[in-house]
Amino acid sequence: MKTKDMTSMERVLTTLSHKEPDRVPLFLLATMHGAKELGMSIKDYFAKGENVAEGQLRINSKYHTDCLYPFFYAPLETEAFGGDVIFTDDGPPNSGIPLIKDIEKINCLQAPKVKDTKVLHKVLKSIQLLKEKAKGETPIIGVVMSPFSLPVLQLGFEKYLDIIHFRKDMFNHLMQVNQEFCIDWANAQLEAGATAICYFDPVSSSTIIPRELYLETGLQIAKQTIAQIKGPTATHFASGNCLPISDLVSQTGTAVVGVSSNEDIGVIKNAFKDKLTVLGNLNGVEMRRWTREETHRIVRDIIQKAAPSGGFILSDNHGEIPFQVPDEVLLTISETVQTFGVYPITKKQQ
Amino acid sequence: MDKFKFIINDLERALLTMNHEKAESIVINATSISSPIEIASELISQVLQKIGEAWEEGKLALSQVYMSGVICEEIIEKILPPSDPNRKNQPKMAIAVFEDYHLLGKRIIYSTLRASGFELTDLGGGLTSENLVGIIKKEKIKILLLSVLMLPSALRIKELKSKLSDSDVKIIVGGAPFRFDNNLWKEVGADGYGKDSSEALEIVNKLMEGSV
Repeated sequence: MKTKDMTSMERVLTTLSHKEPDRVPLFLLATMHGAKELGMSIKDYFAKGENVAEGQLRINSKYHTDCLYPFFYAPLETEAFGGDVIFTDDGPPNSGIPLIKDIEKINCLQAPKVKDTKVLHKVLKSIQLLKEKAKGETPIIGVVMSPFSLPVLQLGFEKYLDIIHFRKDMFNHLMQVNQEFCIDWANAQLEAGATAICYFDPVSSSTIIPRELYLETGLQIAKQTIAQIKGPTATHFASGNCLPISDLVSQTGTAVVGVSSNEDIGVIKNAFKDKLTVLGNLNGVEMRRWTREETHRIVRDIIQKAAPSGGFILSDNHGEIPFQVPDEVLLTISETVQTFGVYPITKKQQ
Repeated sequence: MDKFKFIINDLERALLTMNHEKAESIVINATSISSPIEIASELISQVLQKIGEAWEEGKLALSQVYMSGVICEEIIEKILPPSDPNRKNQPKMAIAVFEDYHLLGKRIIYSTLRASGFELTDLGGGLTSENLVGIIKKEKIKILLLSVLMLPSALRIKELKSKLSDSDVKIIVGGAPFRFDNNLWKEVGADGYGKDSSEALEIVNKLMEGSV
C-alpha cells in the first residue's frame, strides 16, 4: 500500500487539498474482479462481507490501487427496501422488476432501518475487516445511492420522471423517505470504518435532467443529504455529464466529483479547479478491448490534462469496472500511473 | 416540408416547456394544411429528430427527450389512431429491453416511432434470447429494436443473432454500452445501431426504403 514516501491515504489527502502528491492516486474501482481472484461466482462472492474484504485486499495488492472499495452492487439498497436482485455469472447484479408497482403506494413507503436490515450488514462487515487491515494507510470508500437517484430502481425511470414533473407531493414524500435511509446508511458505513462516502447521483447529471430541474430538485436534495453525512463525500454521476452544472455541484458540500468519459477531462478539470477534486474518466466499456499501447496512450493523455496541480484521481468513468475487462489492462493502467503519474508530470513528446 | 417551416420551432418550444396544450393546438392547426400521416412523418418526426440530436450534442437532457416523445405520441394517437388506414404500410416491427427492466430508452424510441407514424409492438422488458427467438418466429417480426443497459447483455446479442441465423429479422440495437463503445454493435453482429431516438428513426426510415 506504499509507494515512495507517501501512503495511499497521504497521497489522496494531498490531492484533495489541491496540491501535488508524490504521484497521481489511482482508484481502480473493480467491484467484481475480486470474485475472480477468489475463484468464486459473483453471487457467492457478494453473499459475504468476508469475501468482498478479501477480494478488495487482493485487488489493492495486485494493482497498487489507492483505495479499498467495498461496493457490492447498485440494487443492494432496493433489496433493503424489499426489492429483487438478479445475479448473473458475468456482470453486476441487476435490479429486477421495480419494487413499487403502484405509485399511489409511495405515500405508505417507509425507510428501512440499517440496524434491522440484514442484507446491509455484510457490507458493514467488509468495511470493518478492511479497516483492521488498512491501518489508516488506505482510504476505504463506502457507497450510497442518492435519495434523488434511487427511485429509478424503486419504481422505474418513466414513473419517476412523471412524479418529478407532475406529483410534487409524492416526490417530496419519496425524497423524505430516501433521505432518511441514505443518511442512516452512509453514517453506518462511516461508523464501521469507511473513510468517505461515494454519493452516486446519475439522475442529477445533465445527461438525464436539465440544469433548471436540477436546481429545483437534485441540487437541494444533495445539499440537505450531504450536510447530514458525518464524513467527506464524493459525488459520482456514473457516466453522466456534469459540465453544465459544475458551478452548482461545487455548492453541495461534496469534495470529489466522478465524471464521464464523454466530457473532456481538461475542460472538466478547469471547471472544478481548486474547488473539487476530479475523479475519472477512463472509459470502462471500451477498456475491455484496449491494447497495451492504447492503454498507455489513454492513461497518459488523461494524466497530462488533469493531473497538474493536484485535485485529481485517476479512475474509470462509471464507478464500476466491467467484469469483462482483462487483468492485463488493469495491470497496464496501474503500471502507466506508476511510471508517468509521478509528479511533477512531464510533458509527453508528440 | 416547407409548409411546416413556420411552426416547427413553435412546436419544439412547446414540447421542451412541456406545454401539452400548446403543442396539441399547433398540431391540430396543422391538419388544415396537411394530412395526419404527413404531420406524423414530417413535422413530428423532424421535431423529435431535432430534439434527439440536441441531446446527443449535450444541449438537452434525456428527461426532455422522453417528455417530448410522450406528448407527441398522445397527440398523434388522437389525429392518427392505430387503426387508421392512413398509417404507414410497413413490415412487422417490435421493440424490447434485453435481459433488463430499465425501460426508459425503449419507451423513448417507442414514442418517437409511433409519433412519427410507425406501428410497432412493445414486447416489454426482461426478455431473454429464448423468449425473443420464440416471439420473432411466431409473430414473423422483420425488424427488432433492442434496448440494452448492461455490457454482458449487449455481448449476448451475438448469441441471439446466431439463434436467428435462419430468420430474415433485422436487429437494431441501442443503449448505454453501445454509446460508450462505437464498435460494439458490429462486434455483436447487429444490423444497425441507433445512438439516440433521432438515429433510430433514421435507421427505421432507411430500412423501410430497403437501404440497410
